[in-house]
Amino acid sequence: MTIISIRPFLAVGVSLLAAFLIMFSGKRPNLRESFTVIASLIKMVLVFSMVPAVLEGDVYEYTLFNITDTVGFTLRTDAAGMLFACVSSFLYIPVAFYGIGYMRGHHEKEQTGFFAAFAVCISAAVGIALSANLLTFFVFFELLTVATYPLVFHARTEDARFSGRKYLIYTLSTGQFFLAGIGVTYYIAGTLDFKAGGFLASDMAPVAILQALFFLLVIAGAVKAGLMPIHGWLPSAMVAPTPVSALLHAVAVVKAGAFCIIRIIGYVYGPALLLELGAAQVLAYIAAATIVVSSLIAMKQDNLKRRLAYSTIGQLSYVVLGVAMLSPMGMLGAMYHIVAHAVMKITLFMCAGAVIVTAHKENISEMNGIGRKMPITFGCFTVTSLGIAGMPLVVGFISKWDILLGALEIGKPVYLAVLLASALLGLSYLMPVCYIAFFKKDESGEFAKYGEADKRMLIPICLTAVLSVVLGIAPNFGVHLYNLAEIAADAVMAGFYEPTLIVTTGFAGGVLL
Amino acid sequence: MRHLPVLIPILPLVSAMLCLVFSKINRNLGKYIVICALTASLASSVGLFVQVMRTGESVHYYMGGWQPPLGIEFVIDEMNVLILVAIATVALFVCIYSQSFFSGKPKLAESDREEANFLDRDTWLEKGGFYALYALLSAGLLGMTITGDMFNLYVFLEIASISGYGLIALGGDKSVLASFRYLLLGTIAASFYLLAVAYMYSITGTLNMADMGMLLASHKDSTNVLLAVSMLIIAFGIKMALFPLHGWQPDAYTYAHPAAAPLISGLMSKAPALAMMRYMFYIIGVDSPYVGKALTVIGFLGACGIILGSVMANAQKDFRRMLAYSSVAQIGYIAVGLSLGNAYGIIAAVFHILIHAFMKSSLFMVIGAVRYRYDEVMIDKFGGLNKHLPLTTVTLVIAALSMVGIPPTGGFFSKWYIIMGSLESGHYFYLVVLIISSLLNAVYFFRVLETVFVNKDAELTEIRPAGPWKFELPLSMLVPIVLFGIIIIAIGVLNAPIAADVLSLGLPEVLAI
Repeated sequence: MTIISIRPFLAVGVSLLAAFLIMFSGKRPNLRESFTVIASLIKMVLVFSMVPAVLEGDVYEYTLFNITDTVGFTLRTDAAGMLFACVSSFLYIPVAFYGIGYMRGHHEKEQTGFFAAFAVCISAAVGIALSANLLTFFVFFELLTVATYPLVFHARTEDARFSGRKYLIYTLSTGQFFLAGIGVTYYIAGTLDFKAGGFLASDMAPVAILQALFFLLVIAGAVKAGLMPIHGWLPSAMVAPTPVSALLHAVAVVKAGAFCIIRIIGYVYGPALLLELGAAQVLAYIAAATIVVSSLIAMKQDNLKRRLAYSTIGQLSYVVLGVAMLSPMGMLGAMYHIVAHAVMKITLFMCAGAVIVTAHKENISEMNGIGRKMPITFGCFTVTSLGIAGMPLVVGFISKWDILLGALEIGKPVYLAVLLASALLGLSYLMPVCYIAFFKKDESGEFAKYGEADKRMLIPICLTAVLSVVLGIAPNFGVHLYNLAEIAADAVMAGFYEPTLIVTTGFAGGVLL
Repeated sequence: MRHLPVLIPILPLVSAMLCLVFSKINRNLGKYIVICALTASLASSVGLFVQVMRTGESVHYYMGGWQPPLGIEFVIDEMNVLILVAIATVALFVCIYSQSFFSGKPKLAESDREEANFLDRDTWLEKGGFYALYALLSAGLLGMTITGDMFNLYVFLEIASISGYGLIALGGDKSVLASFRYLLLGTIAASFYLLAVAYMYSITGTLNMADMGMLLASHKDSTNVLLAVSMLIIAFGIKMALFPLHGWQPDAYTYAHPAAAPLISGLMSKAPALAMMRYMFYIIGVDSPYVGKALTVIGFLGACGIILGSVMANAQKDFRRMLAYSSVAQIGYIAVGLSLGNAYGIIAAVFHILIHAFMKSSLFMVIGAVRYRYDEVMIDKFGGLNKHLPLTTVTLVIAALSMVGIPPTGGFFSKWYIIMGSLESGHYFYLVVLIISSLLNAVYFFRVLETVFVNKDAELTEIRPAGPWKFELPLSMLVPIVLFGIIIIAIGVLNAPIAADVLSLGLPEVLAI
């Protein structure tokens, strides 16, 4: 059932409004920060309040106005969109508190612009999640690009200027391809409304055009998701303040890219058509290669944030791989990995930021023994690191297991090998950090004067770390995100595979492992 | 109500005559008369807009009650009524904006003043003369838009051009040379236009546009039409600064009087563009073989202009010159839209005339404001502009995003309609041009934004004081600037009704959807 309600627009609009209020309250920091916090809370309540109906199979839908003469500016809360909206709106809260602590602790300049742009980014992320058609999606996608730009050059150093340019070159140029792709899609299909299972059909255009169009459409998402070899902006963008890295470069921006690919594969093309075209296969191979290569590069990074950035690139490719495999379990795993990776990576970034603010250290090699001074921070870091590597009882395991089953379903041992190798690689680039922090001696004794991180940073870190364990044990904890992912995956894959096949192959896979 | 159409050009025309006389009595009186006349014009335009929308029929006005084809006819239909309102709006608000340039002496060394400054003395002759010319220019542009008579169009074209030469020459620096260059080329254009009219007159014996359209139907492939069409391309090509006939334009826009530059840059090339559309689609008609060929030429020139203008804009250090070259590119958009020869193409062209009028005017108002306060026009001196002129910078950002074509600003939607049109007519070439041009636009506009936000604060010497109540500018300047920023977004948001409910109703019969 479709419920006509403006609630999705309110959810998007509340932080846009907050951005304006923030701009005009720059002289009173406490008032300004309270706008950030209030907006994040209202936003979460609004988004979460729509979940029960969506779980029942209803959708909220609203068209604010027509965006062009024929396409509406429409938001719709289908299960996949709801999943992403829940993640980004919920994680905004810990990051809002963390950001306040970080920016004040670090005495950053231009905080007003920072918090305003931040609020716009979250609006854009939720807008991307809930968009009902490609053009609405594109509007928020570009809004996200533009609003992230000031956050990347925030430090206003030469480095930051360069990263900002790099970011724009990557995202704006592919954005134009995306726009051209949307134009062509509209021209051949006559509609842009997302439909589970896809709205394009093989009789609409020649095969070659459909194949080319697929890459035109996914390239913007691939850049934002950091798919190699077009990932270059992401490590550079780590010059931004850590809250930006945490929320945007681990949750909103890169996930928007991955979500774009989910939408294109699941809701524009549909698995059946893509299997016929064979285009998703190429994407899956690229994603598999990215997973391995990025992990290898991550091992060589000494800067903690850069190492995490490369880890993000690899983890995002899990999502892309899961979707591009075109198997039901893979789709489910990919959707849930959006949640899993968001919760874990945000914790890791916040830990890295806490170290920067408290001990002023960015390089791993300088962190000898710091874990003993900051046990809670590094405890959380260790737990979520294990999750990234895919250890059971942490949320990363659940999604990775599903993607693994997906690989078995379609009978591709290559992907299986890649996934297993990457789990080991994940351990090998994150565990040394924990080892250095806890077990290496602090020979210079320079950390003696430092204690645990500021409470405003520590509490959000603990919250998300605990959450990643809780979700690892009970994936449906809270707002039933796993069910949402299941509903979405079922809708996309409906009629594509026989259910019995799933059970048997899933079982066989389990036995094999 | 019946006489509204004639009031629109006549009131500014009369006010121009009265302006100097009344300026002799009181230096400000002439200016107020012009503002009143423009306000009345705007009110009449809005009234006509409402009337056309309500009745759904175009308004015909016969001068002195003489029926066409003998008398002069004014026609207001769905196609030109919006442009009419836009011209009246820009003319009025730029007039309000211009006032501050004539009051208050700048704190400049006498030596600086001598060599390079625009007319700003507060004497009756200079002030009155400026506003008389300004009113004439407005009258010419308004008249060109609504006239239904080919010779009358020539008269208004000359009124606009001659007053334009004057306003450009008042700009100081190298403005006299720029103005003279424009005068030479403008005269050639006018002569060609007159010749084209003569060739058409010689076979039909009428000067009324509608009448001519009907009578020409049986002479579509006569040689006279071929000659007329090619002369029209040259005439309007020069007037609208279509590549490669744009030579006069960069200098003219750069050195024009800063108080009149927003009007000159925003509209002086737009009224001829609209006239070109009238000739190609309404008078001669796309079914003539020559018009089809002419459109191909126009489209190709437009595409070249888009690329060349954008490349040249990238090379400029003077913000005004950059904007001038960007106009060459933007005119190319309009030309490409026209050349597509289908409904979406025309909608795109007229929509772009509308949005570009506001974008360019607001950008020239921004640079005028910077020049007013700090006497600076170089881009590399823009560092930290957002701290000196915060609200002005907001408009700068909005207008720049619109020029690049980021939704939801208006500039995006003309791009969208051009994409739709070029797919419909199978001209994929323009799709590529559009992508390249958007990226080039992004390069030079984000370069400006980067300078503003990332560069260290430039050393600026304040030559004129800020406005009252801590506002950065006198309110008469600030209000139009902020208003235009809002209008750019409003046109973007309202593009669907503009395209579907206004412009598509005014399409020529052969193309009506």
